[in-house]
Amino acid sequence: MFRWILISLLSLTVVGVSVWGYQEHQEKNAILIQAENDYQRSFHDLTYYMDLLHDKIGSSLAMNSREQLSPQLAEIWRITSLAHSNVGQLPLTLLPFNKTEEFLSQMGDFSYKAAVRDLEKKPLTNDELQTFEALYEMSSDIESELRKVQNMVLNENLRWMDVQLALVNNDEQADNTIIDGFKTVEKTVEGYSEGKINASMMGTSSKKDGYSMLGSDKITEDEAVTKMRRLFDLDKSAEIHVSKTGDGANVPLISASFQDENRSGYADITQYGGYPITLMINREVNESKISLHEATNKAKDYLAGKDFGELALIESNQYDHVGVFHFVPNQGDVWIYPDAIQIKVALDDGDILGFVAKDYVENHRERTIEEPEVSEEEARTKVNPNLKIQEHHLAIIEDDTGEEVLVYVFLGTLGNDTYKIYINAASGKEERVEKLKQAEIKY
Amino acid sequence: MNYLKIGVIAFLLLTIPFFFAEKNQVDAFTDQVIQHGATGEDVIELQARLQYLGFYNGEIDGVFGWGTYWALRNFQYEFGLEIDGLAGEGTKQKLAAASEYDRQFVKQQIQSGNRFSHYGGVDNKKQSQQNTNQNRPAEQNNQQNQGNQQQTQTPAENDTVAELEPTAVNVPQGFSQNDIKLMANAVYGEARGEPYEGQVAVAAVILNRVESPTFPNTVSGVIFEPRAFTAVSDGQIWLTPNDTARRAVLDAINGWDPTGEATYYFNPNTATSGWIWSRPQIKQIGKHIFCM
Repeated sequence: MFRWILISLLSLTVVGVSVWGYQEHQEKNAILIQAENDYQRSFHDLTYYMDLLHDKIGSSLAMNSREQLSPQLAEIWRITSLAHSNVGQLPLTLLPFNKTEEFLSQMGDFSYKAAVRDLEKKPLTNDELQTFEALYEMSSDIESELRKVQNMVLNENLRWMDVQLALVNNDEQADNTIIDGFKTVEKTVEGYSEGKINASMMGTSSKKDGYSMLGSDKITEDEAVTKMRRLFDLDKSAEIHVSKTGDGANVPLISASFQDENRSGYADITQYGGYPITLMINREVNESKISLHEATNKAKDYLAGKDFGELALIESNQYDHVGVFHFVPNQGDVWIYPDAIQIKVALDDGDILGFVAKDYVENHRERTIEEPEVSEEEARTKVNPNLKIQEHHLAIIEDDTGEEVLVYVFLGTLGNDTYKIYINAASGKEERVEKLKQAEIKY
Repeated sequence: MNYLKIGVIAFLLLTIPFFFAEKNQVDAFTDQVIQHGATGEDVIELQARLQYLGFYNGEIDGVFGWGTYWALRNFQYEFGLEIDGLAGEGTKQKLAAASEYDRQFVKQQIQSGNRFSHYGGVDNKKQSQQNTNQNRPAEQNNQQNQGNQQQTQTPAENDTVAELEPTAVNVPQGFSQNDIKLMANAVYGEARGEPYEGQVAVAAVILNRVESPTFPNTVSGVIFEPRAFTAVSDGQIWLTPNDTARRAVLDAINGWDPTGEATYYFNPNTATSGWIWSRPQIKQIGKHIFCM
């Protein structure tokens, strides 16, 4: 009797568990399929957009009238951004798929710049046409390779989830058609030399060689340690840990960190010249005791001791109990925006909690500043007349192509919003308009 | 003798207004200089007083933004003060003398999360819009505060002691509080065991990726890119981040980048991809190696 009860109980349990297990399995499958479908959609969308892109580039190469070319370029720009967002949704981060993404962003930059330009007055130059043609060829190769992969995916019912698994398990031997396919795409694109593509049209590669102030004298380890101690405000007994950057760094640095009971810190200085780039001190900051204004003065005093020359405050903000300030050098009443310095001050006792001089060290050099060709009154007329101009100064900024230009900066209001307008001091062109941020409601 | 008399009278004449001003000073503002970007009760009072005189038309939210800045400068211009956009001693005295500040009213409005204004010569009832949404945090805070009051002190005492909290916060240009929160989640999930600079570094990598042409162009796009961050894949991103992670994110947004412009990083002990080792390495911070 007892045995029978036990047997029936057990079998009931077994049935129950299997039903539960089956349901779990079903649910898991449903979720997997959903994730898979997501990947599939992104992938097929990507190939579709590459197709479309190829066609559009091709037809715009054949176009003659400017009225047609500009909208077409805008369309290309839109498609590149759609394709780019689809690439971002595929699990390719661990795959070298950079070149293709780079192609998309280059194509985007190129078409955008050409589209917003008045092609009637400034038609595409020969260089630019060559770039355009090179991009066309690239798009054709990427398109056909992607088509091949797509064909395989459809014929053999390949699943992106397997790509995920293969990437996670890092199975070198695993023969995964999708991964191989994408590697081929990447190789094809890699074949294009940078030379074919006119860098000046791209914006991405126009980064000029910076760090001209560093000089060629390497500092010794001992000098570095002394400098670091001074930065951290530590005495000789404190232990600091020093290391050097590897091959990937675009400028060789020495880094140091320390950790004591209630403070820790990190700093970078350049190996050549020993200029400080970053300083970070981390500690608990208590209730604010000093005002943001007092903190500004502390920050100014601190930077004055660091040989940055005369500085102008462009932004000050209080976040909880720290103040963060942005300074730019002020060279004969011209504010040099590319050489910005950020500094952070604790509002409980006014200690400096860190600063960043990377932009300063990278961009700073002796500049000869031209006299503005456009007078201030003339520049004012270039600003939207609805805007009420409140303040102005002269400044050097980097324009969209990364070139430094002299501009008038006007701060003005329109309704309750404040705008910063940059008017080129040589040509009177409106270089940029920024809406300055408002405080956000606490949620 | 006459000279002495004149001297005494002149002295009195000079100091008497000073005394009055001093008296005014007692119930207006603290003695700090208020500048652009500051937050706190002094800013609430500054905005309320500027609004009383009709210089300021924005929200009274306790954050010294551009609107407050221009209002203050206009006030300084109209009252013949030095126009520097700083609320210093002289400006505050002039302002306190020229305007009124109904702290009780402002406090009540802020605590119940109402939209309100503080114009002079207008009935208070007309200046407040009842907050109908019961779930506003201000409201909840208020309720909590009231609960605390009953335990610790009588409401009457509290009215004069407790400092008014601003209803808004500063956010870096181009980012919202939610962007910061999302990044703090990612940083906490990825690097909560790391030293502070290691957490700033992870946040900086996210921002470097947003800038890079080979990655998505938004913070959320970068964070949720499949397989980009392990914390996203295994759900650790949904842990509640601590304050350190949040501060690290703010530092990174404000320009601190200890990585030297890295766009990749990995933990050499747990890295699953051989490819990542082929990237040119920049430096190691904590357990992570950062590379281009």
